[in-house]
Amino acid sequence: MSRALRLIRRRLLSSIPVLLIVVIMTFLLLETAPGDAVDAYLLSIGGGDANIAESLRRAYGLDQSVLARLWLYLTALARFDLGWSVAFERPVLNLITERLPNTLALMGSATALSFVFGSVLGIIAGSKPESIKDRMLSTISLIFYAIPSFWLGLILSLIFAVQLRWVPTSGIETIASGKTGLERLADIVRHLILPVGALALIYTALFLRVMRASMAEAWKLDFVLFARAKGLSRNRILLRHVARNAALPLITMLGLQAATMLGGSVVIESIFAIPGFGRLAQEAVSGRDAPLLMGIILVSAVLVIIVNLLIDLLQTVLDPRVGASEAMQ
Amino acid sequence: MSEFTVSRRHILQASSLLLASTALPTLLKAQDAGPGGRLVVAADSEPKNLNPAIVASNGVFFIASKVIEPLAEAAFDGHDGLEPRLAISWVGSADGRSITFKLREGVTWHDGKPFTSADVAFSALNIWKPLQNLGRVVFANLQGVDTPDDHTAIFRFAKPTPIQLIRNALPVVSSVVPKHLYEGSDIATNPANTKPVGTGPFKFAEHKPGEYYRLTRNDAYWGKDQPLLDEIVFRVLPDRAGAGAALEAEEIQLAAFSAVPLADLDRISKVPGLKVVSRGYEALTYQLVVEINHRRKELGDLKVRQAIAHAIDKTFVVETIFLGYASASTGPVPKNAPEFYDADVPNHAFDTEKANALLDEAGYKRGADGNRFTLKLRPAPYFNETRQFGDYLRQALAAIGINAEIVNADSAAHQKAVYTDHDFDLAVAPPVFRGDPAISTTILVQSGTPAGVPFSNQGGYRNPALDAVIAKAAETIDSGERTRLYKDFQKLVVTDLPLINVAEWGFISVTSERVLNIADNPRWAVSNWATTALQP
Repeated sequence: MSRALRLIRRRLLSSIPVLLIVVIMTFLLLETAPGDAVDAYLLSIGGGDANIAESLRRAYGLDQSVLARLWLYLTALARFDLGWSVAFERPVLNLITERLPNTLALMGSATALSFVFGSVLGIIAGSKPESIKDRMLSTISLIFYAIPSFWLGLILSLIFAVQLRWVPTSGIETIASGKTGLERLADIVRHLILPVGALALIYTALFLRVMRASMAEAWKLDFVLFARAKGLSRNRILLRHVARNAALPLITMLGLQAATMLGGSVVIESIFAIPGFGRLAQEAVSGRDAPLLMGIILVSAVLVIIVNLLIDLLQTVLDPRVGASEAMQ
Repeated sequence: MSEFTVSRRHILQASSLLLASTALPTLLKAQDAGPGGRLVVAADSEPKNLNPAIVASNGVFFIASKVIEPLAEAAFDGHDGLEPRLAISWVGSADGRSITFKLREGVTWHDGKPFTSADVAFSALNIWKPLQNLGRVVFANLQGVDTPDDHTAIFRFAKPTPIQLIRNALPVVSSVVPKHLYEGSDIATNPANTKPVGTGPFKFAEHKPGEYYRLTRNDAYWGKDQPLLDEIVFRVLPDRAGAGAALEAEEIQLAAFSAVPLADLDRISKVPGLKVVSRGYEALTYQLVVEINHRRKELGDLKVRQAIAHAIDKTFVVETIFLGYASASTGPVPKNAPEFYDADVPNHAFDTEKANALLDEAGYKRGADGNRFTLKLRPAPYFNETRQFGDYLRQALAAIGINAEIVNADSAAHQKAVYTDHDFDLAVAPPVFRGDPAISTTILVQSGTPAGVPFSNQGGYRNPALDAVIAKAAETIDSGERTRLYKDFQKLVVTDLPLINVAEWGFISVTSERVLNIADNPRWAVSNWATTALQP
């Protein structure tokens, strides 16, 4: 396992400059956007006089130069201080720790579900490429993949929440219900069914297609021919040889998806009124709240780095070729 | 306590409904809707500061007006169009230098301490005048507040100040907060700004960020047998389609401030158990306005501005963009302000031919491509309707040979471009008329406002005659004379067109039929809801 440890060390070291670049780029990007936090705030309250704007800019520290503010932020960051959100008048860390669990629950369940269903359906489709079963699954998955998530979310909500009333239309849990423990957990699950369903339907299609395509490739390889020649049963070849080899790109896909799903959750979180990370990011941008947005991006980047590290570790277990070169250096 | 419901498809039933509605609410209140119940309401934003004494905005009032009360609230009928709240009377001195408020007795703060004139004096001098976005204008000349006894507050002004203005501004600028919680602290960062303590019918219970605000009944409220509800929950629903779905699924009972988009109203009014109400926003009239940058040579020419006014079909705007839920404007004061409104102003009727003729006269001939000149048009992004009107205006201007290029931006970028950088030729804005022209209307055309002030004249317009009328009205004590000056103001604006008033609208509420006694005052959505009840 020392190979894995060395991999972890290398990745952690290389992630520091990555994070630094991410932070600086975000800061500069937001700086080039016209309007600042005071402009956004004044509009939200219906205006005020010129002195209000001036005193707010002073209070927010916006009267200082760009470089001074960036330096202030970076030095605070070096002390693990994520700063103060001007749009919410609260510490950034509080906001993030409050919202992140909701998004992780949403994202995690959607990814897990779509990964499981996607790979199983992918195996079914890929067990006999070009068969009727394969064509049907591929077409249906293509349709779901093409549907925008906000539309699917609204339609699911109209059918299952408004018409049938099986589940609530929105929210993360019943408001001010006073539920605790398992009862509360069940309530949260009920609220998450639709948003998780909407995300999972779309991403299942993606995993299905990757799995199916890589299985179609694998069938043509020599080791399948060899397995057949050995006289192994078709099912054994399918699961032990074809599917196992085809699963490797799927795992890579999983890592890439983690980043996409953090972004994709903005839309679903708004539609289903889930106080999550995506919505927080959107509010940070429209409020021109630089410290908050940088905090969000930073935490997202860390999450993506961690997920990809885990994926790489998993790959080294599944495929001995991966990581070998890195480990040898 | 009558209630007028608007349902587009029930026109035939309207007369019977109107008859029944006068009797129904009181009847139901007496029988079924005994005190109690939780009203769940859609909220689309979470203000970071819930103190209406500092931030006098509708987003803050929507929640905080149930907790913190003003000296007086707007009323459909009643002396001066007001209903007493924390003040029971207000009398201005003949010289305009003082106003005496008699305050309500037996009122306590939610923490049990008594409410006295010291709280009013503190709020006025330490918060409204120096900190509040609107109070800084209205109370600019406030010099001191005398408190001869616990229930009298005498406001003293350095310059004569019209009682008419103060009266009209009371519902918006006079939210009283407890001195004992704010004195000696940094007011801007006081914890009571996010957990407000007031005298209102509801106490602030909790805020779960991103999810809801919860208010509970104030059992010690001064209003007899009020409030009728046990709880009000403001549920945060950022997506507009989400508010409609939650109403249909009966998860919420009320969506105010047009949280349900206009386009959905026709469909949702057919849902059994829901109704569409357009009353209760009369004192919160929003105005659809074309802002003009007079620095641009062509737009500095009155003929060009007149041509643009003639090119706009206000009826089309009202019927197609607002789906009938608005009315055409005649000038800078809306019809909903009958005290000041003057219909007798020049009218720029929709007339494309005349508009073209005016532009020809002004010397801007059409070029080979049919265009006379090109303008940069910035529609404000805050409402669907302001954006849609931007699209319409572009087409209307094309018909008279003006090529308008639309520039879309988000709120912060729009604010910077229009009100600070003046990087626009035409802009579409939705300013609010707040009961008196001097509060937030004259600033739209008056000269001398520095750059950076949103919803003010940033188009470089300067008209000494208009400035003089505005300045005179600001210090005219006699209400009749002051009203006459504002009629002159309207004529001057419509004649010289520093901006073009197109339409004016209030918001729409969609509610469950179980919610009773809504829309019973012209600022209902932002008033205290002490009489609102929920039928079980």
